[in-house]
Amino acid sequence: MPAESSSTVDVSAARAALREVPHEPGAKKPDPVVVAHQVRRTFGGLTAVDVDHVEIQRGVITGLIGPNGAGKTTFFNLLTGFDRPDQGDWSFNGTSLKGVPAYRVSRMGMVRTFQLTKVLSRLTVLENMRVGATGQRGESLLRAMFAPFWRGQEQSNTERADALLERFLLIKKREDFAGSLSGGQRKLLEMARALMADPELVMLDEPMAGVNPALKQSLLGHVKSLRDEGRTVLFVEHDMDMVRDISDWVIVMAQGKVIAEGPPDSVMGDQRVIDAYLGSHHDQDLSEEMEEEILAEAQAEIGDNGTPDTVGVEGEQRV
Amino acid sequence: MDWHAILSQSLQQGLGPVAAVYCLAAIGLNVHFGYTGLLNFGQAGFMAIAGYAVSSFVATWGLSFWLGSIVGLLSAAVLALLLGVPTLRLRADYLAIVTIAAAEIIRQTIGSVTLLKYFGGQDGLQGFVGSFSDLNPFSDRVGIPGVVTWRPYDFWALLVCWLLVALCCLIVWALMRSPWGRVLKSIREDEDAVRSLGKNVYAYKMQSLVIGGVIGGLAGIMSALQHSAINPSFFATDTTFFAYTVLLVGGAARVLGPVAGTVIFWFLLSFLDLFFSQATAGTDPLIPTAIMDSNQASLMRFMVMGLTLMLLMIYRPQGIFGDRRELALDAR
Repeated sequence: MPAESSSTVDVSAARAALREVPHEPGAKKPDPVVVAHQVRRTFGGLTAVDVDHVEIQRGVITGLIGPNGAGKTTFFNLLTGFDRPDQGDWSFNGTSLKGVPAYRVSRMGMVRTFQLTKVLSRLTVLENMRVGATGQRGESLLRAMFAPFWRGQEQSNTERADALLERFLLIKKREDFAGSLSGGQRKLLEMARALMADPELVMLDEPMAGVNPALKQSLLGHVKSLRDEGRTVLFVEHDMDMVRDISDWVIVMAQGKVIAEGPPDSVMGDQRVIDAYLGSHHDQDLSEEMEEEILAEAQAEIGDNGTPDTVGVEGEQRV
Repeated sequence: MDWHAILSQSLQQGLGPVAAVYCLAAIGLNVHFGYTGLLNFGQAGFMAIAGYAVSSFVATWGLSFWLGSIVGLLSAAVLALLLGVPTLRLRADYLAIVTIAAAEIIRQTIGSVTLLKYFGGQDGLQGFVGSFSDLNPFSDRVGIPGVVTWRPYDFWALLVCWLLVALCCLIVWALMRSPWGRVLKSIREDEDAVRSLGKNVYAYKMQSLVIGGVIGGLAGIMSALQHSAINPSFFATDTTFFAYTVLLVGGAARVLGPVAGTVIFWFLLSFLDLFFSQATAGTDPLIPTAIMDSNQASLMRFMVMGLTLMLLMIYRPQGIFGDRRELALDAR
């Protein structure tokens, strides 16, 4: 299991391997844990995700960024089986995940968290943690009624849960209802609960959303510690500090497509990324000549009825 | 005003066989709604199918009562599967719609003229309790003399019923303290979170629906036995809602919630009925005829009961046994 094999997984080696990878969308990685190919998801007329090819390198932290509505969370849902794409294939450790239900994806070692934190409010923090453990004997109906079948396993799960709660600074809240936790504590609990399953790949959907700045640093530390114990991390985030600080590799999505890839520094300077976030005219002053130029362009478009990309608007005006 | 008679008869109802039958039905709903968050509005359907299986096996086909009981419980389980397969993957509301409709379909079908020779139409069936009443060891009125007593057959029915309640409570307790029960409670809180942790939510919901449905079937069988008769009106929609009331009064997701709920509910219902009928009886009634006559009095119990329920839901929505702390966490 990943936790024990942490000594054998060398983070620096994985990072070094990434140095050879070209900074291009869809670049091949030396040791991919997840490969998605031509994954496409449409909602009516809207193409939310249209990813041609993307690979996630094992043993490093990969950030998935992009402006609002870029399809990051939808892509996340597709990868984890919470949503079905219209077409495409994607795999985890070489096993195709096409048509595999979410719970089985999770059992394979790919556990996710949610953007809107999903703690089990009316269960205690400790019970929340225990639910996360996999392969519980007491979870089958017939054995559940007879405690001797599962008591020993429950004991060891509780010890593991306590250790994780200690690490995530929630041990004092052990007996409280999860619903009484603050937003940041819920994020911590969700992350800790995911670790109860001892996953190989941890997928964090906006781990920093709604977390106060003081807690942010500690959360960053926790995410890094996941990598350091040999897990692969894929996260969706808006917070650029976090992206710059902890990710080894960044994938940028815009309008459903992967538009850029690379280490954080190279991606932040990429013209396509800046354009996607800020618009392509963001660094030009709006001078009088520019204004006239844009006006002329617009008038030319209105005058020219045949232009395909304005047909929709004009069609309405003509009718 | 004969307070002794009022209290004695109310107690007879509160601990009686009807209360025990509703307790069983509410335990089934507790598994569904209290622990798993499944909105089953068709518990009467589960009761009907099992009750009719027993009575028609004996009264119509002359088969063994025990075989009928087993088939009854199995058919409740099959009904749960049939209702669960299409709806448990959907949002919670769909199960509510499908179950309430299914219960009505079952009731109307069983009471139909076409099936008259099997199920006796609206008159139902009688004369199927032989094997059950033969086991009755009591021959005189049983109870605490001067406080509350029951006829021998009623006492036998209520004894068996309460024993079944005890057994079901034991099973529910054993299940809900286990990791299996924890998964059910987690599903009630948030399905997607449970799915993300590698649990097959659909299978767990199905198991819950079957277990609660079978307990409901048990309630149906006991209902038929206790009345020594069965007819479609036993299984109208209000049966389900009475069972829900029993559950909510006691407190959902508590093992003993339905037990406390049913005693309180039936005691109060009977008490109010007797009180108002006595208060309006005679030539010089306690309540003047100008305000209420004896015909109107019989409806008062439901009005007061409804009002009490409203107040309970406002001031103690977690029921008698519920945990106050849980209410503080309204936001999910």
